Amino acid sequence: MSLMQKLNGKALRMGVPLSVHLDITYRCNERCEHCYLDHEDHGEMTAAEIRSLLRQLADAGVFFLVISGGEPLVRRDCFEIIEYARTLGFNVKLKTNAILIREEEAQRLRALGVEQVQVSVYSHRDEIHDAITKVRGSLKRTLAGIRWMRAAGLKVTLANVLMRSNSGDGDGVRAIAAEVGAFYTLDPTITPMMDGGTSVLQHRISRDELKAVFSDATLVGDAESFCAPPPPIDDEVREGLPCSAGHTACYVSPYGDVYPCVQFPLACGNIRKQGFLDIWRDSPQFAEVRSIRGKDLGTCSSCAHLGTCTRCPGLAYMEGNMRGPSTADCEKSFVRTGIPTAGMLARAKSGQSAHSASHGAASGLVQIQSL
Amino acid sequence: MNDIYIARSGAVASRVLGGEIVIMSATDSTLFSLSEVATIIWQAADGNTPLSEIVRQRICSEFDVAQDAAYRDAQVFVDDLARHGILRVSDEPIDSNEPGIAIPAGAPSMKNP
Repeated sequence: MSLMQKLNGKALRMGVPLSVHLDITYRCNERCEHCYLDHEDHGEMTAAEIRSLLRQLADAGVFFLVISGGEPLVRRDCFEIIEYARTLGFNVKLKTNAILIREEEAQRLRALGVEQVQVSVYSHRDEIHDAITKVRGSLKRTLAGIRWMRAAGLKVTLANVLMRSNSGDGDGVRAIAAEVGAFYTLDPTITPMMDGGTSVLQHRISRDELKAVFSDATLVGDAESFCAPPPPIDDEVREGLPCSAGHTACYVSPYGDVYPCVQFPLACGNIRKQGFLDIWRDSPQFAEVRSIRGKDLGTCSSCAHLGTCTRCPGLAYMEGNMRGPSTADCEKSFVRTGIPTAGMLARAKSGQSAHSASHGAASGLVQIQSL
Repeated sequence: MNDIYIARSGAVASRVLGGEIVIMSATDSTLFSLSEVATIIWQAADGNTPLSEIVRQRICSEFDVAQDAAYRDAQVFVDDLARHGILRVSDEPIDSNEPGIAIPAGAPSMKNP
């Protein structure tokens, strides 16, 4: 067992939120076609409120802090927030489009001890990347920012969200990562808007394209093993937790709302009204999320994929039931192994296709409600 | 004995979890979990107190061990953390205002739920 696994196990036993994702703004200098956020400012936390939150997070035992947005650097006080987080001992990872990063900013991030920076790069071709971000020249500026950060000695990961419009450009982005000495990660998941809107799901790649990703040994390692039929379900799986959301991790929005995960818009409290630890320990919503085990997952509890599926409870929640299947993850399990999921079979029985379940779920989607 | 001074690097993250300090280096992303003795050395690494004094005042008195043996063990620990950029080591006192030196406030410890 690795030290990280031991640390996670200890945090789980102690009820410590080891990792927090904090979006300090939803404002952004790009308008990516697949983005799930509303970029208007509806009352962001002030710097003083964020400092207070960070102190509470440190007291709660949070160690890993992801600072993101929107584009976090559009906040003029972004560096002050990072600096304050570092004085409190957090391991800070920054997610940015790097457009606002030049030599000075890169050097400052390095001096502040930011552990890692993740940058979204959609293509190696200007016309594709810029069409997705809807900002002309954005790829050039992003790559310049990445180069400044690498020159400063920062660890950088290029995050490549795969969509219909850039599905053929993964190798090109990987080549850029290799050239600049950055890590590369690929994500084929497009999530619904935070307000429940599903129009962005039209950008999801096709089944054939997903299959190609899952068969690529350079991405998944041993492709034969990765795509193998799932092993039999045992008690450990039935008693297992769906994921770390709400157990050792949570998300805080720019407005102080606390959720189990950035992809799980179940409002559990607001730090403008309650202390973070009060929300983390006592919120009925967190208690409900924490009560769920594999055996409680309704349709999924009888699915052959239960132990290996990447089922996201947040995506399931956005489809109307946090204990239900997530259509996108049913699709992934099926494409990966060729074995239909219990969720797919149930939908087929009710005459609903996976496509319509995913794209036509708007009426069943749960909107974010402010507390 | 040539004494050394040690200071926590600014390029690390740290947190007390269940009485144990965890540290991650921003330089190479290595994660450490410190033992009780190592935690004492880490917390005392202010750049101004010689390692021999840390060992004598904080370890020998607490754990009833011989100074020479404790110092040798402490040196091994210090060398290991220094290799990962987690501790800075010098044969002279280290100015805590130098870039790369941690603000000596120490890591906040979590309140037990």
